[in-house]
Amino acid sequence: MNPARLRLGFILSGAFMLLALVLPLSAPAAASLAARPILFALTLAAAVLFAAAAWTGGSQAIAPGFAGVLAGAATTLALLRDPAIAGSAAAGFWIMMLAVWLGAALCVIELASMRPRHAPARRTLNLAIPLLFGAAVFYLWEVLVRGFGVSPVIMPPPSAAAARFFASLPVLGQDFVQTFVRGVLIGYVIGCGAGLLVAIVAQRFSFLGRGLLPLGNFFSALPLVGVAPIMVMWFGFDWPSKAAVVALVTFFPMLVNALAGLSASGHIERDLMRSYGADHRQTLTKLYLPAALPFIFNALKINATLALIGAIVAEFFGTPTQGIGFRISTEAGRMAIDMVWAEIALAAIAGMAFYGLVALAERATTFWHPSYRT
Amino acid sequence: MTSSALTLPISRSLRQHPLLARAAPVVTVVLALIAIWYVAAVLMNLALVRDGFEREETPYTVSDLIAGTMSAERPLLPAPHQVISAFADSVFGYAPNAPRSLVYHSGVTLSATLLGFLLGAMFGVALALMIVHSRVLEKSLLPWIICSQMVPILALAPIFIVVLGAIGLQGLLPKSIISAYLCFFPITIGMVKGFTAPDPMQLDLMRTWSATPRQVLSKLRWPSAVPYLFAGLKVAVTISLIGAIVAELPTGAEAGLGARLLAGSYYGQTIQIWSALLASAILASGLIGLVGLAERGIARQMGTRS
Repeated sequence: MNPARLRLGFILSGAFMLLALVLPLSAPAAASLAARPILFALTLAAAVLFAAAAWTGGSQAIAPGFAGVLAGAATTLALLRDPAIAGSAAAGFWIMMLAVWLGAALCVIELASMRPRHAPARRTLNLAIPLLFGAAVFYLWEVLVRGFGVSPVIMPPPSAAAARFFASLPVLGQDFVQTFVRGVLIGYVIGCGAGLLVAIVAQRFSFLGRGLLPLGNFFSALPLVGVAPIMVMWFGFDWPSKAAVVALVTFFPMLVNALAGLSASGHIERDLMRSYGADHRQTLTKLYLPAALPFIFNALKINATLALIGAIVAEFFGTPTQGIGFRISTEAGRMAIDMVWAEIALAAIAGMAFYGLVALAERATTFWHPSYRT
Repeated sequence: MTSSALTLPISRSLRQHPLLARAAPVVTVVLALIAIWYVAAVLMNLALVRDGFEREETPYTVSDLIAGTMSAERPLLPAPHQVISAFADSVFGYAPNAPRSLVYHSGVTLSATLLGFLLGAMFGVALALMIVHSRVLEKSLLPWIICSQMVPILALAPIFIVVLGAIGLQGLLPKSIISAYLCFFPITIGMVKGFTAPDPMQLDLMRTWSATPRQVLSKLRWPSAVPYLFAGLKVAVTISLIGAIVAELPTGAEAGLGARLLAGSYYGQTIQIWSALLASAILASGLIGLVGLAERGIARQMGTRS
């Protein structure tokens, strides 16, 4: 970014901070910043820090700029605790939020333009930038929702969802076990295992393989979650029906990918196995399956997200009184949107952890693949 | 190898016909699946039908039982011909705008799907353009976009409906927004890949011609991204259909394939569920086929050799 523009940006955010001292904080009369010594000091500190960032410029501006952002964010969040400000914030408050947002954006932009030479530094940077970005988004969400006093029925602030999350851990734990451990994991293992087995059989008998591959492609493009009501009818309301939906949804991607992977080994390797006099079982375990691993992991990763979706959708069609999908639809019906967000956070954490575990297993077993050999 | 050597030489020319060689395995597997379906239908409905006969205390034979399993009113698993006749009945038997017509419900879902697909495709391409042109966005936004896909986004559907309903949006748009939200991702990822597909040599050539970024985009990046665009669109169109169907579940919508599925599951109308599923399968393959057609047409217009 243009250094002059960076300096101008930081000067602007410092000026906004100072303006916040003068402008009214909220529509009804609320004590101004001058009447709150700690917040007054914090605001001044933020303004000074932004000025320092503007003075140093370049990548050295990140540290004071970031400190200024923290001070400003702390001030706005503390101000929101005053009921006279929350819901009826006015120009002084919003200009402070604007200063924080501008400072944070400048820091992220400056961070993104850094090109560290060492790999560990680059990796931390690649992690830090999205984290900062996410933190800024959550901050804006929180401040906007509370500053404008948006009804919690429409959009609760993230802090309320987090508070609800930690307050209802036992319920969330039950839902997690019901949906994830019973429905998703069991169905995932059955579906992926069956897909892999059928692929191995189909690879042995090429007539079957040529028949199954187009059908598998066709079926994996269908909206298979639609079978959920049928599965609920067959297997009852409890977890077996969810596991059945998950198994069906994960079966076809695994079949298609594993079939592609099993035929991925080259002619030379196959000839080598023949010249060793290897029988089919040996060729399968020593050549075909290892060569298919990248494809199999690809399917496992696709299925990790599909499985969770399948289980949650199946719960819309009937469950015992627990489970993530059940809780989401009932709490949404009762307008307890913070609980819905807590459940979504749970599903997100579970989904990401699941995906992360599969990715870790992939790293551990396919370390030889060119995409990891950098 | 041995079996082909043993067959008669006359049949060999027929066997090696390329169309037959491709179609024969598929047809065999499909026939086998249908046969399995019939057997499963008999086995699963047997107890139901036997109970029916015994309740009425009428004498019955084995063939009566099997005939009963083929034409039960509310079977556990309807036989294929029952599904097809119910499907044909609800497609052709009613006026296209009657609430019992599958054409009507498919139309409702299809309109939500198409609107969502359009929104999602535009949003996905715009996002990819921004990401390709801004290093900051690539570093800060792309990881979140990827993370968002590990989150079961469909779980968000009910809140979306509630939130949008509170703002005053109802009907088609909330469903479309859910399908757009689901389907933008494959397009964004594909287009980011496609826009960065030109190799450095080609980009350098554009530089030596002192092309503006806009010219680089229109002359080099867009053409090289087209195959990626269609690969993404094909995935996105099915996801968009899934999104539209699922979005109809928690809203308690009265129309649409999802509403049909939900009503069928409430009233135990299995045949209705299966024919709605058949309709959604036909919709999905039709949509993919259309995208494929568009792809071929545009490839021909761009002079790509296939």
